[in-house]
Amino acid sequence: MTAPALPPTTGGDAASSPQRHGRLAAALLSPTLIVLALIVLYPLISALRESLYRREEGLDESGFVVEGDKFVAIDNYMQAFTGEAAERFWNAFFNTTFFTIVGVTIEVVLGIAMALVMHHALRGRGIVRASILVPWAVPTAMSAVLWQWIFQADGVANEILNTQILWTTEGFQAKLAVLIADTWKTAPFVGLLVLAGLQIIPNDVYEAARVDGASGWRQFWRITLPLVRPALMVAVLFRVMDVLRIFDLPYVLIGARKHSVETLSMLAFEEANQVRYGPAATYATILFLYVAIVAYAFVKLLGADLLGEARVRNKESRMRRKAMAT
Amino acid sequence: MSTKTQAPRGRRWLLQLGILVIVLYCLAPFYWMVVSAFRRPNDQGENTWLPSPFSLENFRGVFGPGVGFGRSLLNSVVVAGATTLLTLLIGTFAAYTLARLNFRFKNLVAGIIIATAMFPGISLIVPLLKLFSEIGWIDTYQGMIVPSLSFALPLAVWTLATFFRQMPKELEEAAMVDGLTRGQAFRRVILPLAAPGMFTTAIITFIAAWNEFIIALSMVNDQEMKTATVAISQFTGITGFDSPFGTKMAAGVIVTVPLVVVVLIFQRRIIAGLTAGGVK
Repeated sequence: MTAPALPPTTGGDAASSPQRHGRLAAALLSPTLIVLALIVLYPLISALRESLYRREEGLDESGFVVEGDKFVAIDNYMQAFTGEAAERFWNAFFNTTFFTIVGVTIEVVLGIAMALVMHHALRGRGIVRASILVPWAVPTAMSAVLWQWIFQADGVANEILNTQILWTTEGFQAKLAVLIADTWKTAPFVGLLVLAGLQIIPNDVYEAARVDGASGWRQFWRITLPLVRPALMVAVLFRVMDVLRIFDLPYVLIGARKHSVETLSMLAFEEANQVRYGPAATYATILFLYVAIVAYAFVKLLGADLLGEARVRNKESRMRRKAMAT
Repeated sequence: MSTKTQAPRGRRWLLQLGILVIVLYCLAPFYWMVVSAFRRPNDQGENTWLPSPFSLENFRGVFGPGVGFGRSLLNSVVVAGATTLLTLLIGTFAAYTLARLNFRFKNLVAGIIIATAMFPGISLIVPLLKLFSEIGWIDTYQGMIVPSLSFALPLAVWTLATFFRQMPKELEEAAMVDGLTRGQAFRRVILPLAAPGMFTTAIITFIAAWNEFIIALSMVNDQEMKTATVAISQFTGITGFDSPFGTKMAAGVIVTVPLVVVVLIFQRRIIAGLTAGGVK
């Protein structure tokens, strides 16, 4: 679940001589761009094409068995949205959305809380920084096996909670198990990103607020949150993108073809496994479009500043404004 | 850095308590994995806080005959290692370009590279699965390495670009004033200076590739070619138990502890690599 950190693009010198290194830049960038075109762009287009076909087996007029891919236009999509497979598709769509909204919300709240504690605590920073990287370094599939063990019927979770819940069986508890395991692994990471955002807020902003008698709660809502928002937005965007494609955790922790936790990734994977490439490509393409729309909305509506360019400018002016207002 | 002005005593205690809670939160499940790994298989069901008696039998089981976990580890090392090397080889140039050169469409290229990191793996896997079946790449290393570049390359380019950008521009300019070409300046001045950053990027990329699951799961059917993460998730009752969680936990310790150690040794740099770009 590693979200790549986004380095800011330097705007200043680029403006002075926009094309100075054009040719060199093209040469140096081409290996990366060619590889990405081959392993990302080509499969995407191929999936789109594939989603318009379906493998058919039938008898031709003279009674011979014929096999082949038949062009069905948008029929695979119609099947997914309203046909026989619709119930399973909408369930997977709902599960994916549910994990994303609920999961990311919990992770963000916990992450901010963790970051605030780490930022203000006087002792134990080193040990916290070390331990926070542990869940990040554990492979998701391995963490799923670990949580499966914790959530066994006679496992440690039931013992501590003094319950008899069959966590990994179909039902709402399976969703809960996935959410808990996901939160364990990713909330510390969100905390880490938010902490980095907190550390660049200058102290004098708080001092000014304190002089004016703003309470701690008020400082959090009026200063901390707005100023940490850019870092937070990038973290949230990456988490959202990551949960939308969630696969490893529900697949290993709960299992394949489980109604309560089946996500769009899992559905597409299952269909591909059954060699039904047409429907598999359809689900994969729908998921891709879903991810693209959400990412676009994020950048446009919430102003998640991916390239980090406007951010520096905005932050400065916002900080100045804040400092003057308080 | 922080706002540590005479916080009231109660608040200070609360913060230290918070620190304790975070550490417990992060480490408790991990601790449970380690404890369970060192129990005897017969004591698997026990929920005591320390293994008693202490036993290495689960670890023997992991490498025992019929499990083949040694081979899975080797596969993971090959796939993650090759992915990391290829990624650095290709991505360094792109990272340097984005960090240092001026050209039109810079933001567009940067945006495209970062966007590819967000694509759901499954939308690539479905068509690649069909393609690889046709060209005989199922059950091969390249069948796992090549798709892994799709997430490793953008990750490495962004992390590396951050490190390149942090290096003083003047050094490079001075080298060029002294008569070196840009290529020579890159090789003799930038690369040696960027070595720590490249090393950190290598660790981050390696961990991402090592933790990869869905590609390895899709592209391989042969038991011999499975990577460690896939193998652990598919362990069945080899040691005679219905669910050999002891063996699984031991395998988990083997897979994660080396990573955790490396991460702890280089934690400052890794945190810098993971967060630097996000906040500047």
